[in-house]
Amino acid sequence: MALVVEVQDLVKDYNGFKAVDGVTFHVAQGEIFGLLGPNGAGKTTTILMLLGMTEPTAGVVRVCGYDPNKEPLEVKRITGYLPENVGFYEDLTAKENLLYLTKLNGIPEDVAIKKIDKVLTTVGLLEVKDKLVGTYSKGMRQRLGLASVLIKEPKLVILDEPTTGIDPEGTEQVLDLIRKMSREMGVSILLSSHLLYQVQQVCDRVGIMFRGKMVAQGSIEEIGRQVLGEREGIMKLTYDYISDEALSKLDGIDGVLEKKIANNSIILKFNEERKLDIVREVVMRGFLPIEVKGREYSLEEIYIRYFREE
Amino acid sequence: MSGLLSVFLKELTDQFGSRRFMLIALIVVITGLFSSYTASEALREQQFLNEEYLFLSLFSLSGGGLPSFLFFISFFGPLLGIILGFDAINGERTRGTLSLILSQPVYRDVIINGKFLASIATVAIMIASIMVMIAGISIAKLGVVPNGQEVARAFLFFIACILYIAFWTSLAILFSIVFEKSSTSALTSIAIWIFLAFFVYMIAGVIADEVYPITRQSTPELLAKHESLRTMLLRFSPAVLLEEISAAILNPTVRVFGPMFETQLQGLILTPLSLSQSVLVVWPQFVALVAASIICFAVSYLAFMRKEIRST
Repeated sequence: MALVVEVQDLVKDYNGFKAVDGVTFHVAQGEIFGLLGPNGAGKTTTILMLLGMTEPTAGVVRVCGYDPNKEPLEVKRITGYLPENVGFYEDLTAKENLLYLTKLNGIPEDVAIKKIDKVLTTVGLLEVKDKLVGTYSKGMRQRLGLASVLIKEPKLVILDEPTTGIDPEGTEQVLDLIRKMSREMGVSILLSSHLLYQVQQVCDRVGIMFRGKMVAQGSIEEIGRQVLGEREGIMKLTYDYISDEALSKLDGIDGVLEKKIANNSIILKFNEERKLDIVREVVMRGFLPIEVKGREYSLEEIYIRYFREE
Repeated sequence: MSGLLSVFLKELTDQFGSRRFMLIALIVVITGLFSSYTASEALREQQFLNEEYLFLSLFSLSGGGLPSFLFFISFFGPLLGIILGFDAINGERTRGTLSLILSQPVYRDVIINGKFLASIATVAIMIASIMVMIAGISIAKLGVVPNGQEVARAFLFFIACILYIAFWTSLAILFSIVFEKSSTSALTSIAIWIFLAFFVYMIAGVIADEVYPITRQSTPELLAKHESLRTMLLRFSPAVLLEEISAAILNPTVRVFGPMFETQLQGLILTPLSLSQSVLVVWPQFVALVAASIICFAVSYLAFMRKEIRST
């Protein structure tokens, strides 16, 4: 699989304060990678180094094989970057704003006009393209931001806190667009956020940053196992007659962690990984499972657990 | 290159469309036209019509209680320059558009160069149109058409005005890079303007008095030293440089600045100097004005290239 972003032992030292301290990660083609962490963890600094907008103290950065420090223009040509709190020229229309950006990208005007209509359709702003950006809502601006990123047909899109400060409906639209970019257009996406729930919805893999260090990396599943340990499932069972005797019939099943009687049913806690075997086994022993719940790892839990330990 | 042109055109449109520019342009145009109108009135009444460089005196002559066009330029020019530049960079940063532009594939200096050039072009277009209007008035009212010599001198005066305002623009741009808030950069630029426009006269006098104390009995040599030190110090103010340049360019008989001994004047024939001779007289002032702008611009350039732009 082709790697779009490669970062190796990246360090950024601001007069003795290490904003980024030995970060290593990569983003593969078409992947959505989430950079997570509390404010001040070093996410934005990492992003700025990816774009060559600030110089790394040490370490290696490659974007599609280019070194952002030596060839910033090449990197910026293939990378769409949506900064946090992006602004547009309020006294220009959406179309004029995008036209200016296409000019800076060296796209000829006749091509640009067609492209603008296309990306504005994608982000759902075609009807308001001739309205001044000053009249746009925060959610619309963010979608215009995505349009400004898409217009250069990037290989990599970097989104810094893309959903901060917009309402739930706007957030949903932005997340949909992010998914669409990755799945339909094959763009790699690196997004930074401190809003866990949203990242969990869209990211293939995440990296958790804390005080400049990448403390955990992988799919949410993997990180969950690392941080929270084995997952636990809960099963509700009924039996012909519920008594302590019935409970003892469940002895000796591998992977059962706890069993008890409550509200005329038996509650079984078990190791999630053996769910199928355990369900089969209890049915064989004459029990009827009326509810089986596996618990997904939530990023929130991982996050809280992780930072409490720190 | 296409990036520079795009930034330049965008900034030029912005400048001409902005209300604050319209306001200051209106003030400058009205005062400029009135001052040259009254100057032409005064010229007619005083029967100076046989004067050789009549057209040029429209820019430097005051009449009817109104100061000269030159005075208005030296007074409003800094304001115009500051207005064009004080929020060039920090304004864009506050609005969040700076990181948007910087993430596009253009070199960083394209942005600052484009902005600087657009400000200069704005000033040039404005001053040029006022001067053409003044020429129109002079032709209509006095019936004199400027000759080639006068046109060349007027053009040099025009260049000097632009250089003068360019200094203030680059100073304002520098502050807009250094300071986070556009209010701070505006106030700092205005403070420097007030200092250089008004206080520098007092300070130059005080320093000259300290270094070469003069009394009624002082020798002419000491007086001359005192005066040259004072003029030297005054030349730190771009307004003084502009005044000296204009004096020599607009008045061909001016051949020296500062004190002169009577012996030096002996045998001098007060004929008008040729254009190149006039330019030679104020060449140092020209160079100083250009250097001041270049230094300011170079410092802003370096500051901007080294600055880390964060969106928050």
